[in-house]
Amino acid sequence: MMSQFYEPVIGLEIHAQLLTKTKLFCGCSTQYGSPQNSLVCPVCFGLPGALPVLNEEAVRMAVKLALVINAKIHTHSVFARKNYFYPDLPKGYQITQFHFPIATEGALEIEVNDIKKTIGIERINLEEDAGKSIHEGMEDSSEKTYLDFNRSGVPLLEIVGKPEINSPDEAVEFLQLFRTILQYLEICDGNMEEGSLRCDANLSIRKKGVTELGVKTEIKNLNSFRFLHKALEFETQRQIKLLEDGKAVRHETRLWDSRRGETRPMRSKEEAHDYRYFPEPDLPPLIITEEFISQVKETLPESPQEKRARLIEEYQIPVYDAKVLTSSRRLADFFEHTARICQNPKQASNWIMREVLQYLKEANISIDQFPIQAEDLAELILLIEKKETSLRLAKEEIFPEMLQTNKKASDIVKIKGLGQISDEQKIKAIIHQVIENNPTPLKQYLEGKQQVLGFLVGQVMKETKGKANPQLVKKTLTSILNSYK
Amino acid sequence: MSLTSFTLSELCSLLETRKIKAEEVVTDYLKEIEEKDKKISAYITVLGDLALEKAKIIDQKKERGILAGVPLALKDNLLTKGVRTTCASRILQNFIAPYNATVVEKLEKEDAIIIGKTNMDEFAMGSSTENSAFFTTKNPWDLKRVPGGSSGGSAAAVASNMAAASLGSDTGGSIRQPAALCGLVGLKPTYGLVSRYGLVAFASSLDQIGPLTRTVEDCAVLTKIIGGFDAKDSTSSCEPIPDYQKEMMKKLQSLKIAFLQENMLEGIDEGVKEMYYHTLKLLEQMGAELYEMDFPSWDYALACYYIIAPSEASSNLARYDGVRYGYRQTNSQTFKEMYVKTRTEGFGPEVKRRILLGTFALSSGYYDAYYVKAAKTRRLITQEFMEAFNKVDYILTPTTPEPAFLIGAKEDPIAMYLSDKFTVSANLAGIPALSLPVGWTEEGLPIGLQIIGNFFQESRLFKLAFAIEKKVKFRKQN
Repeated sequence: MMSQFYEPVIGLEIHAQLLTKTKLFCGCSTQYGSPQNSLVCPVCFGLPGALPVLNEEAVRMAVKLALVINAKIHTHSVFARKNYFYPDLPKGYQITQFHFPIATEGALEIEVNDIKKTIGIERINLEEDAGKSIHEGMEDSSEKTYLDFNRSGVPLLEIVGKPEINSPDEAVEFLQLFRTILQYLEICDGNMEEGSLRCDANLSIRKKGVTELGVKTEIKNLNSFRFLHKALEFETQRQIKLLEDGKAVRHETRLWDSRRGETRPMRSKEEAHDYRYFPEPDLPPLIITEEFISQVKETLPESPQEKRARLIEEYQIPVYDAKVLTSSRRLADFFEHTARICQNPKQASNWIMREVLQYLKEANISIDQFPIQAEDLAELILLIEKKETSLRLAKEEIFPEMLQTNKKASDIVKIKGLGQISDEQKIKAIIHQVIENNPTPLKQYLEGKQQVLGFLVGQVMKETKGKANPQLVKKTLTSILNSYK
Repeated sequence: MSLTSFTLSELCSLLETRKIKAEEVVTDYLKEIEEKDKKISAYITVLGDLALEKAKIIDQKKERGILAGVPLALKDNLLTKGVRTTCASRILQNFIAPYNATVVEKLEKEDAIIIGKTNMDEFAMGSSTENSAFFTTKNPWDLKRVPGGSSGGSAAAVASNMAAASLGSDTGGSIRQPAALCGLVGLKPTYGLVSRYGLVAFASSLDQIGPLTRTVEDCAVLTKIIGGFDAKDSTSSCEPIPDYQKEMMKKLQSLKIAFLQENMLEGIDEGVKEMYYHTLKLLEQMGAELYEMDFPSWDYALACYYIIAPSEASSNLARYDGVRYGYRQTNSQTFKEMYVKTRTEGFGPEVKRRILLGTFALSSGYYDAYYVKAAKTRRLITQEFMEAFNKVDYILTPTTPEPAFLIGAKEDPIAMYLSDKFTVSANLAGIPALSLPVGWTEEGLPIGLQIIGNFFQESRLFKLAFAIEKKVKFRKQN
């Protein structure tokens, strides 16, 4: 395969469900997991005579995102109707934006293999979600489709990225960064499994160095980072093969089949809907004032990039640590909290990057569900620093105990007697006993065999069940041994 | 004498002073309906028992609203909770509305009694009620003729004393034209004055709810009650609602009136034209300054309307798919087949025609040539009005090109569409327009005069209409 001569050109279209309390055009709750069809009213059920009223909170969230990706926010935008028939689309049209979206021309900088690259974002639309068709799982599913309208009217941001991505890795990085931003802004929970973050891609192939775009396909059903990567990889190879074989790529929509690991045709361009967009007459144009924008600006949290830079500067931690710690806003908060209390940012970072993240990964939970509070982790770090316990004990005994029992580190040390022995007299006594029990090593040491020192330290540690302060043991042991000379 | 011959305002004061009981009023009205509606067919649903029950409750009430005990009829495209709301369509034939339209809430707050739901052209598409899926309403002045439409049932009910007043909806003339054909006062308010929440949408950017009444005063009373901002309708206006009844009694100050240049009246009924000039003369005697004006953009108004209205309708009517409510054709294998059969059987020919027109006008490749062009034309029409209102306070036109026509006379849809030639422009511009009966044809059919005003100038419209009403003495005492 001559794949090194080709490159894919990829554009992503992201749908993010907004975390508003109520739906986009009515007062119904957006609570996920409520009983079917319990969150409906005349508006989101598409009854005759019902009219939409815009949710201001959703506009605020859209503006937040637009500000963070440096998009141009339009003071005048227009809602439009996208017309098509589907049983879970109650009005027979979706209220979205078309000719005049809320924001355009944003950008996001990604970094893959240490190479930075800016990916443009063409537009952000504010729109409503449809209901849900339930084809499976009911006892008469073989003959009936059930409909749940709880999701109907839930606000979505549609983010249309420019075709400026050139590898599956870049695409995954782009989507990951986007998800982090949405979560940072607390406007979307980013849950791809539950569908609150969805992604479609379009992909075409061209010879490297050529600027013209090839015929693209659109790929749907990419509901995880892994599937996104696999599907793009598959589609890239498929299209390259077509071109190599002298065949043409068909402009069509393809569906990712995760079971078979392939994309397959869903509908061709000829079968594509004509959505007959026109301005939504039930809603006046959306006017966003400069004042509104500056109000929203004031509520913006630090962006991941800003936070990263600040952590490096303020806490003097490595770039790599800062990158990992800022992967989620909550994780960064947890770090800062811990670091501030224990006054030892490097140790705080080490603990979080290793023990904490490892635990989160194994338990498959987020930092919000982590059983140890930042204060308590900070206390543990302080105990080590004050030499009231050893790093080894902390990792092997105390930390696991904290995870299990929720007890404070100092309490565990007290109850289990895990305190470090730093009492010189106590240590001296043990050393004397060890030397008495091991006359041969003493002789060897006095003959000049320095290496037995390690053996003796080990014996002292063994005797104290690892609780003795090893530096102190070494220092004291050396001076005692030397006194025999 | 039957209590049904009183105007709404008269009934209000009789009821307010408790000289009569609501129960007596409702009983008389039900008797009238019983006698006349077999011939006129104004009502799709008569709410006899409900109305009587409500009347009894109102008779017991101490604190009562302005319309306490007054029987009103509602066009059957206004949602009434727990009551069938059909839009005169098979597709909604058995649809029981689960909520009240805002206007219905407002009427009920004033203790009005809804006595029935009236016939109309299916989904308000038509000018004669002949497009009703159920039956054609007859003009009370001549049963061989149409009452106009689409609010024909609402007009016929009031004109034949089967309701004290009624509400209709007006997208291109659907209140004013039947008001003219039945000898009533009908108002299409400024777009946004009356909430559309709970009005089954035909063309959202044009639809307005308004009253059909026997007198200007009745119209003023009802408009004040149904008007005003509604948080449930994003296109509703915050403009304060004055006391129209009080305002209308005040002396006419400025009386600068535009009338149509003669070429604009070409082809209209001679009797209508004569009555128009006669009324203008009367106004001159009343001290009006008359300005002859040409509105060249009106030549395109109907064409513009028949792009915008069907476009919006094609989308508004997409929700009638048989999935959640309304008629469903159950003998289908796939949902696509169910959609097609449901809509094929559920909609009548005129509705289908307009859905097709609108779907075509919005489709890619045609959108710019049709919809966008129509939207531009619409702005031009509005602009022309604004220029006129820099010079005059009112524009007067005949409401309709002819009086009530014979049932079945207009089989060609285009001929039917022409009924709206003087009325559509006000909808396109969003400005208020009122039709007032000013005289009779030789055959004894009512003739209407249309008064068009600037945005939110309803007070002025009532004032002039009230002054003309006093001079022409249209109403015959029954």
